[in-house]
Amino acid sequence: MNNSMIIGQYVPGTSLIHRLDPRTKILVIFFFVIIVFFANSVWSYSILTAFAIGTALATRVPLSFIVKGLKPVWFLIVFTFLLHLFVSRQGDILFSVLGFPFYEESLIQGGTLSLRFFLLILFTSLLTLTTSPIEITDAIEYLLHPLKKLRFPVHELALMMSISLRFIPTLMQEAEKISKAQASRGVDFRTGSLKDRMSAVIPLLIPLFVSAFKRAEELAMAMEARGYQGGEGRTKIRALLFRKKDYIVFFFFCLVMAATIGTRV
Amino acid sequence: MKDRIEFEGVTFRYQEDAPPVLKDVDFFIEKGEWVAIIGHNGSGKSTIAKLMNGLLFAENGEVSVDGMSVNPDSVWEIRKKVGMVFQNPDNQFVGTTVRDDIAFGMENQGVPREEMVEKVAGSLRDVQMETYENHEPHRLSGGQKQRVAIAGVLAIAPDYMLLDEATAMLDPKGRQEILKTVRDVQEKSNMSLVTITHDLREIVAADRVIVMNKGEVWFEGTPREVFAHKDSLSSIGLDVPFVAKLTEEMKQYGVSFRKEPLNHEEMVEELWNLHSTK
Ligand SMILES: Nc1ncnc2c1ncn2[C@@H]1O[C@H](COP(=O)(O)OP(=O)(O)OP(=O)(O)O)[C@@H](O)[C@H]1O
Ligand SMILES: [Mg+2]
Repeated sequence: MNNSMIIGQYVPGTSLIHRLDPRTKILVIFFFVIIVFFANSVWSYSILTAFAIGTALATRVPLSFIVKGLKPVWFLIVFTFLLHLFVSRQGDILFSVLGFPFYEESLIQGGTLSLRFFLLILFTSLLTLTTSPIEITDAIEYLLHPLKKLRFPVHELALMMSISLRFIPTLMQEAEKISKAQASRGVDFRTGSLKDRMSAVIPLLIPLFVSAFKRAEELAMAMEARGYQGGEGRTKIRALLFRKKDYIVFFFFCLVMAATIGTRV
Repeated sequence: MKDRIEFEGVTFRYQEDAPPVLKDVDFFIEKGEWVAIIGHNGSGKSTIAKLMNGLLFAENGEVSVDGMSVNPDSVWEIRKKVGMVFQNPDNQFVGTTVRDDIAFGMENQGVPREEMVEKVAGSLRDVQMETYENHEPHRLSGGQKQRVAIAGVLAIAPDYMLLDEATAMLDPKGRQEILKTVRDVQEKSNMSLVTITHDLREIVAADRVIVMNKGEVWFEGTPREVFAHKDSLSSIGLDVPFVAKLTEEMKQYGVSFRKEPLNHEEMVEELWNLHSTK
């Protein structure tokens, strides 16, 4: 189907990672993010890097998609590294280039910090690459469930997310239609100064907002007509199910964590 | 206890100082029948539909469903009995996929999951959309979305199904197909059907027609009886279909019909009859 209609960066597939329960993925990522900050030796970093890259390969998502997901942070990773290299001066001088000294400690610190960054971003991006937004929503609703006791509107939040997901493509289609209609009346979205282009967007936004409000009103009525009365006593057709593979993944991940902790110095 | 929807002297207004939108409306809808409600824009048809399933409450008079008065305490029960499909296919699609959307009503009622899965499949079959279970709404046509909306109502097995101009946004072919689908399901399940429209062509197959004008019931009868009033139909803002206009014209030339032709086939039949009895 139309590529631009895929929300976020989800790449549908059938790999083991795709088929895991979204809660498993979120939990593993949560602990991975923590454990990355515990790594402090060549071994522990190697284990985590191998695990992250292994997982990325296991998703069978084309490399180009993964790289694209990392795009916004490449700069940050490289920048962190260079900053450490040039600004901090710790340890022995390793070598100099054109009279500029490179310090051993800075090199290591810069390297590990960038590596951490890289691992975090890579691993978390695997979630959105292999899990559809609605699955993520379900998982979040489940995992935040305990907060209900604190009066946190978990169900409402999840409903809001899923309705947004439902309407994003619709509103995108509509925006396209309106922009064509306005273009045919001579509105120019592409050329002119920034200010001109900004003001050209207004005749697009206003009809879009008006229609969004109308939709919201009608949707609320339709939901009520179908007996919606909040999350109380509701069942769900989308079931989350921990299967054998989820337990195996958990077990394996525990081993990775143990190995990481064990190889700290 | 009477198994029907009943309006008794119902008056309704949206704002206190505004004139009433419905004035002393009386009618009923029996179990298993198909009633078409027709009227010009703003004649109060949608208001009637909303009163039937508790989206609005009568100011005077009473709306009751199977003997149960429609009021804020009974709405949740009422909504299990009265399902509703609206005009705009996009703005009533709640789920992110066809399956999720059909299940929405059942989820609200706390139906166990296994049962939902089964019923979703059944309703999809009823509306001939089996292969679309995992489609997202933006990959469906308007007619397909309306089918999904109908399936969502069928899934909760209501006793009454209201279609408020549910086919107005479709092309004539899609309109016919949806009406046929709904008709088939209705006959199979002994559900009552209320279709709201301002197109006289859509009342032809109904059992009974209620014609609304300016918030009042203007006429009630079979489609044939309605068409017999065609001269006054246009005076209350309804577009008389071609066949009815032709009948009228021919009558002025002294042609008499055995019965009012409702569609082209009946018209042709009548003409053959005339021809052979000449
Ligand atoms: N939410 C509202 N607030 C105030 N007035 C309303 C509201 N909804 C409808 N009305 C008014 O009530 C009257 C009847 O409206 P209703 O929607 O029932 O008409 P309808 O017969 O369904 O018309 P249409 O064929 O256009 O759908 C109209 O005059 C309309 O302006
Ligand atoms: Mg209406």
